[in-house]
Amino acid sequence: MKTYYNPEDLKKFGKIGDFQKSMADKFFDYYGEVFQEGALTAREKSLIALAVAHAIQCPYCIDAYTVDTMEKGCDEEQMMEAVHVAAAIRGGASLVHSTQMMSKVKEISM
Amino acid sequence: MKSLKAQQHPLSKIEYELEVLDTPINGLSFADKLADSNLFPLSPTQIDILQINMGKMCNQVCKHCHVDAGPDRKEIMTRETMLMILEVIKKGGIKTVDLTGGAPEMNPEFRWFIEEVRKISSEVHIIVRCNLTIILANPKYHDLPEFYKKHHIEVVSSLPYFTAVKTDSQRGDGVFDKSIKALKMLNEIGYGSEGSDLQLNLVYNPAGAFLPASQEGLELEFKKRLKNSYDITFNSLYTITNLPISRFLEYLLRSENYDSYMEKLLDAYNPVAAANVMCRNTISVGWDGYLYDCDFNQMLELKVASPTSQHIADWNQKSLLEREIIVKQHCFGCTAGAGSSCGGATA
Repeated sequence: MKTYYNPEDLKKFGKIGDFQKSMADKFFDYYGEVFQEGALTAREKSLIALAVAHAIQCPYCIDAYTVDTMEKGCDEEQMMEAVHVAAAIRGGASLVHSTQMMSKVKEISM
Repeated sequence: MKSLKAQQHPLSKIEYELEVLDTPINGLSFADKLADSNLFPLSPTQIDILQINMGKMCNQVCKHCHVDAGPDRKEIMTRETMLMILEVIKKGGIKTVDLTGGAPEMNPEFRWFIEEVRKISSEVHIIVRCNLTIILANPKYHDLPEFYKKHHIEVVSSLPYFTAVKTDSQRGDGVFDKSIKALKMLNEIGYGSEGSDLQLNLVYNPAGAFLPASQEGLELEFKKRLKNSYDITFNSLYTITNLPISRFLEYLLRSENYDSYMEKLLDAYNPVAAANVMCRNTISVGWDGYLYDCDFNQMLELKVASPTSQHIADWNQKSLLEREIIVKQHCFGCTAGAGSSCGGATA
């Protein structure tokens, strides 16, 4: 069955340079540097990536960073807490806009 | 849970296991990758370590066990075979005697053998790969920590994670709690304490089809969590990659993770780790005295390619040093990422 998302396509990510090499090279160099140990550990960065993957709902990223966080020694509880951070920010982002709704209600109400 | 052998599982037949493992990954074999790194044929550098499998009997039945060990395995090393090993140790040159199993302590000659090694040399380093729960399995084992201490033995123990759920999922219900109790017993007599030379090292291996975390980072995490939650200390954490043989191979095939796991190992091939594989300075001795390049080749019954010295009775150092190490696709497990050996990462 054909679907928009094919798990096998994740392995082809590196091939995006076939259509535009210099930009792809720059992107992957940057990507590689971002995930190196720095002021944040590679493990912390992987958990952030897992949370962001859920926030942007990217199936490729969710697969990739589920494996990566496990390979960084994280357990299921830590991974789920990271996803809850994403959910809290996403939910909070909706809810904080309710202040605009509340202001508008007040503006047009007697 | 029974061993694959007791289940008469197809993978308990070595021929079938080798047939699965002989398939190239993306058209490549381990030998091809070694050749790319100018390491083929793989040759020994020295023989420092004798790793001795004292038998396949074990009180646990871990899901990933490459030995397919368990209570239903009866293969056990005899005193006669141990006497031949002692003769080899007497010749000198062996720096480390590494005892494994199964649970090596279940061999009735276990303590006798260690005492005999110590009579030969107080300098030879002795390692026991203790599964921890054996210490609590029967009153006759309760004094094992004291025995280890008396003979100045390094204790290396598997603890896949610092939580019960992940540890028990791999090693069996209740294993984590018993392991914690055993670690406390070892700590109480000085093992794993800062400043003590009684070495207590833990082994982490992934509970699934993924690679281990960085040894350094995970060691810090283990130390913090075990100290804070259980007041347990240890010296080093060794991260070990699961090799695709025996029960772990069965898991990979059953869960349809085999192809992706092998590709992962291939993609993570590290030539530095390949140069440092443990088979280059180790000889593995089977429970029946036959010699192998490593514990994994032993389980695949791939005897050393040294026709005149394939059994401990025929030990010939020169011939063993001149042999070619036998490699198959499972060897990718020792060369992935930071590398893997019985002493942890190699690169």
